[in-house]
This record gives sequence, C-alpha cells and structure tokens, in this order.
Amino acid sequence: MNDIEALRKKSSTEWQLLRQPEEPVIFIGTASCGIAAGAKKVKAVIQENLDKHDLKARIVEVGCIGTCYLEPIVDITMQGHPRISFGNVDEKRAEFIIRKALVEYDLSKTKPLGHLGPESYDGIPALFDQPMLKPQVRIVTKNCGIIDPGNFMHYIANDGYAGLSNALKKKPEEVIAEVEDAGLRGRGGAGFPTGKKWRACRGVKSDTKYLICNADEGDPGAFMNRLLIESDPHALLEGILIAAYAIGATQGYIYIRAEYPLAIIRLRKALQQMEEHGLLGENILGSGFSFSIKIKEGAGAFVCGEETSLIHSLEGKRGMPRTRPPYPTESGYLGKPTVINNVETLGTVPHILRNGAEWYRQFGVKGNYGTKTFSLVGKIRRSGLIEVPLGTSLRQIIFDIGGGTQKEFKAVQTGGPSGGCIPAELLDTRVTYETLAEIGSIMGSGGLIVMDTDTCVVDVARYFLDFIQKESCGKCTPCRVGTRHMVEMLEKICRGEASPDILDKLESMARLVQSTSLCGLGQTAPNPVLTTLRYFRPEYVEHVNNYYCPALVCSELIEYTVIKEKCTGCQRCVSVCPTEAITGPRSEPHNLDTSKCIKCRACYEVCRFDAIAGNAIIITSKKE
Amino acid sequence: MEQKKSSFLETLEEYSADESSLIPLLQDAQDEDGYISPVKVEEIAQYLKMTESQIYGVASFYSQFRFTPPGKHSISVCLGTACHVSGGETLLKTIERDLEVSPGERTADGKFDLNRVACLGCCALAPVLKIDDEIYSNMNVMKLNDILSIYE
Repeated sequence: MNDIEALRKKSSTEWQLLRQPEEPVIFIGTASCGIAAGAKKVKAVIQENLDKHDLKARIVEVGCIGTCYLEPIVDITMQGHPRISFGNVDEKRAEFIIRKALVEYDLSKTKPLGHLGPESYDGIPALFDQPMLKPQVRIVTKNCGIIDPGNFMHYIANDGYAGLSNALKKKPEEVIAEVEDAGLRGRGGAGFPTGKKWRACRGVKSDTKYLICNADEGDPGAFMNRLLIESDPHALLEGILIAAYAIGATQGYIYIRAEYPLAIIRLRKALQQMEEHGLLGENILGSGFSFSIKIKEGAGAFVCGEETSLIHSLEGKRGMPRTRPPYPTESGYLGKPTVINNVETLGTVPHILRNGAEWYRQFGVKGNYGTKTFSLVGKIRRSGLIEVPLGTSLRQIIFDIGGGTQKEFKAVQTGGPSGGCIPAELLDTRVTYETLAEIGSIMGSGGLIVMDTDTCVVDVARYFLDFIQKESCGKCTPCRVGTRHMVEMLEKICRGEASPDILDKLESMARLVQSTSLCGLGQTAPNPVLTTLRYFRPEYVEHVNNYYCPALVCSELIEYTVIKEKCTGCQRCVSVCPTEAITGPRSEPHNLDTSKCIKCRACYEVCRFDAIAGNAIIITSKKE
Repeated sequence: MEQKKSSFLETLEEYSADESSLIPLLQDAQDEDGYISPVKVEEIAQYLKMTESQIYGVASFYSQFRFTPPGKHSISVCLGTACHVSGGETLLKTIERDLEVSPGERTADGKFDLNRVACLGCCALAPVLKIDDEIYSNMNVMKLNDILSIYE
C-alpha cells in the first residue's frame, strides 16, 4: 500500500508541473465525440503552428468534460496563468488561438470559455461558472476532460486508488457496510441497492466468485459509460477492485460493446498500467487479495444489458434471459456466485471509499443519495454529458443546464427504449428512481432525449418499439409477438391507415406485453407507447381520425410544396432531388410533382440552409 | 495427412477450447475476413467440438456478425434516438437510394457495404455516420455526396 502513497508524491510533482509549467501545455479533448468533431485534425494544425512559430509546448490528450456542443475543446496553460479553455476550436480557430496566445500574448479576441481556477481571472470567467457546468456536481466525472486518461500518474495525482487503499485496510464486510450506508443504488437503471447485492454474494459460500462490469451501453442515445471509460478508465477499474474485494471475487470481466473501440483501447492500456504497478494479479498491494480482469467485447445485442442474458453471452451462448431466482449472486457466470454492476455504479464506489458514506449522502435526496450522469441530447441547445445530484428537477436539467430547446419544448424521454415520454407539464418532477416510475417512465441508465414541436411523439413511439422488436430475443411470446403487433399498429397510425378503435387495441396489447414478458426488456418495452398515449393522446387521435401529423414528420401524411413567390430559381433543389420530382429552368419558380416526390427531405433542407435559396419549400399536413 | 496450419488455426489455439471462447473467436474470424466465412465456421467447430449449426445459432443472434463479404468500405448509419430525431433515417434512405444498396448488403461494384447501427455514442453531434473508422458528425443529405466521393 505504501507503493501507491510513494507514487502519489511523485505524481503530484508531475501534476503540479502541468498546472504551473515552464513551457506551455496544450490540452486537446480526444474522446470519441471530440474526434468526431475534428480533434485529431486540430491537433495536427496545432503541431504545425507550433513548428511554424518555433514554439516549444507540450500537447496532452485528455478526455471529454461533457460539453459536447463545444467540441473540439482545447485548453492552454501558460507560465503564470491558470488553464484556459476554448470551445469550438476548428482548424482555423486553432491557428488563431495559438498565434494570439503563444506568440502575441493577447487573449482579448480569442473568446475563451473560461479558466479552471476558482475565481474570475483577467476578465475570463471560471469555466465551472458556465451555465451548463455551474449547477452540476461532478463526482464520477471529476477527472473527465481534466486528466490524460492514458497517464496513470494523472489519476494517482488526483487521489487515484486512495479508495482502494482505504478499502484494503477494512474487512470486506466493512466495505459493504460503507457502500450500504452511502445508499448507493445501481446506476444501470433499476436502482437496486449496490451494498445489498454485494452482501448477498458475499454470503454465498463458493471457491470461485465473479465480478462483472456491464459496459454494454445499448440504450440508443446514451453515452455515459463510453465517456467515463474513454476519459478516466482507472476510475472504473478502481471501483471493480473494491467491489471484487468486498464480495470475494477472484476474476472480473468487463463486458463492453464492440462499437466503442476507443474505450476498449484505453481500458487495455489502463489494465497494463495496473499490472505494472501491482494492482492486478496475486497479492495486490501486499494485502493478500488477488484478482485479475479480462475484457470481453459484446457482439451487439440490446438484451445483453439484462444480467442473465449478459451471463449467457459471456458463456458463449445466445444472449437470452432466464427466469430468476436463482439470482446471479447465487448462481451466475458458469454457475458461480456473480455480481454484475454498471460502469457508473463502480465508478462511484472509489469516491465513497475515499470520502466516506456520510460525505456521499450530502448529495441527493432521502433514498436517492448521490449523483447521476445523464446524456442530454436531441433538440437541445447545450447537448452533452452532465452529472447532477439526484432530486434535481427535469426543468433545471433541460433549461438551466441544457439551455432549453430551439423551438418550443414538447417532451423528454428518459430511460431510452424502456422509458417514457414526459410532457412539459411534468417538468418540475424531481429526478429520482421512484418519481420517474410514478409518471410511467424509468430512470434507466441516463439517456435524456429532448424533443421539440418538430418531433412527432407517435413516430418516436414507433421508433422505440421498432428498436425493441428487432432486439427482442424471441424467447417469450408476449415480447416476440406482442411487440411486433404493436409496431404494426403504430406503423398503420403513422401511415393514416388505422381504424378508430386502434388506440384501445394498442393500449391493451401494451398492457399485456408489460405484464406477461419474461425479462425487463419486454416488461418495459411498452413504456414509450403507454406514456405517449397517456400524455399525448390528442396527437394520436389527429393521426387516426384526421390523417394529420402536427409535427410534420410522418411521411405518408405530409406534402411538400414550392412557394412560387419565394422561390429564387436557384436549382439547388433540382440537383438534390433523387426522383426528378422538382423541375424548372434557372431563375424561374420551380415545379414540384407530388406524384414523384418520395418525401426524402433533401430539397427542404437544401432550400432552408443554402445561402442563395429562398426557404421556399414548405411541408404541410392537411386535416381531412 | 498433415496439413499446414493457417494463421487462423494458430489464433484458435490462443483460446481455451470451450464454449466461452466462441464469441471472441467469431470476432477474430470477422476481423480477418470481414465476415463469418463458412471455412472459418468449420475450423471453429472442429476446435471447440461444436456443430456448425450450433455456431451459426449463436452467431446469427448478434448483430455484429455478417455472413456475406463486406464492401471495400463500410458505411454505418447511426439510428440511435438522437440521430433518429435529427434525421438519421433520411440519411439511410438517401444512401440506400443513391448507392442502390440495402442495409446488410454491399453495392454491385463492391465499393461500399451499408449497415444500420443502434448507437455510436456521439449523440451530441447527431446525426452521425461512420465510414470505415471515420465518424462524420452533424450530417445532412447535402454533405453526403462530397463525403462518399472521398472513398475510392
């Protein structure tokens, strides 16, 4: 254990050098989202410009701070200055910022987002005073976007493995008690008390026990696990070690989806670092505790988020669930006692062991202690990944943190395909496991999809059901057949071909699937339909009775028209139209032949966004 | 008669010869050929002492595995929720139409294969699509042609 403390001294010196460097340090956010936004190209441009101006500087790749709408993000620390953060740094802006900051020493026109020090600095606000960041409480995401995820010393310098050191000084039962006292509940969605699960497994006598980390983030529209692993892999790994020690496991598996290649690379590197520092294998830190971790790549099946399916998948079988009991804590992987915890749950554990249960319980509300991460996406101004105390209202999350919607807010979907669609009148709901269940949704793993008046809730319900129907493993009839019927009914509604009694049929089918399916996937699959029927029934009725889609989304119910008076005759729409439905000579109003139009939206988008087009194409849905 | 071992057979022996190695082996097979070829299935079946139909039974359950050869470049259109509400479906349909290809298949010239993917986890930059290892964010149909023309 002294090894880690000795290392910490060394690492703090190294970390301090990054904070008060002799030559400038440039930090670039290179998580998947940063890379998708162009961070690697920006890095190349920065290097070119450093060479051009003959500047010496160190470039450090960091993870993602969560303000994804500002990607690519670049921070610069110069001698005698705090670390200053810049957003939306494309290649051109990177060149400008390097010149201004490092050659001309003039930040006045660089529009920094903020600095990482506590107070306002030289007219630059503190980064964490930004509206998106200020209301957040960052525990799990504390290091995300701040440290280099590939640098073990950075993690150690920021209290890394101090939670493990503390845990190893305690008896396993005491570790479990600490987590129980903290009130930590499973962050994968169901909210089962983590300590209770551990205790159940601890109590089973067996020579072999397994700890599995569920990183098969299958919820479309959610990326909490990806971001944490890419930005701070050791946080998860420290949590895994503590959990394994508590339950008495000797072998751990991380079941991670193959769609996250960068996260897998960073995990592998982190595992290697652990081995080098005696944090894996026999007799970890001289404590007598031995443990090893293997990475298993998931092969793409949403149902494998369900724990018994996940176990079957690990065993090399089709990932189908089974009835419980026996629970995995008694008979799990290869028939041995197994605990399966979510990435965020395990990422929280080190903080509890570092700072104590009482400290953790200061966040959140009674019964729902601590923080939860959410991926805030969809029709929202400030999208990204956030962490807030449980009990924060949806309104605070969407409007204070997310900055609201471009058009009028319509609904928010929590819990992904298993969750529900929550309307504006319930925005003051405080987010806890129980309150979300009361209004027909679930906490889920943390995907928050915001919808505005351009989103059709019937189409969204159809989308989710279609997703579930494709992912249904087929083992039980209600889910296999029931979801198929529900998709067919929803498709009919979206096409304007439904008879008036369809909504009652849809609702009764939904209740049937909900009450009779074998596993959580089927039991929660009807939630998007049931909540939209409950809160947005008039929109369904418009589709069914009047063949009218108020959001102008359902393609069979809408029509495209060119407004002759506005059309500049630029021919942009003619060139993008794949079916030659739009015709007309240059500089004259174009014609749109509705019999040829396949409603692909290409002309609409080009007419709306192109500089010389006149925004002359409109979409309408007529009531009949 | 002794046959010379292929490189894949050597890979096989890195894994324990039990069922739990099946999915990693299928993943390696696909990495090598771009799809699950009948030859590889035969080799895996022999090594794990399973029947080929058992192996197809497992492989076909998971969306990662494909059973037809891929194109030179792989296009994956993200159809996660955030991408759906921002027009991911339109992107997919446009590609299907322009390249005359359906998801899970490859174009007649073998240049591209097209796939639906449930979520790439870049939701804040929706809609996104991925070609080989490159992710293109904030996509729209106008950008498509320019991007596709990069790929030879």
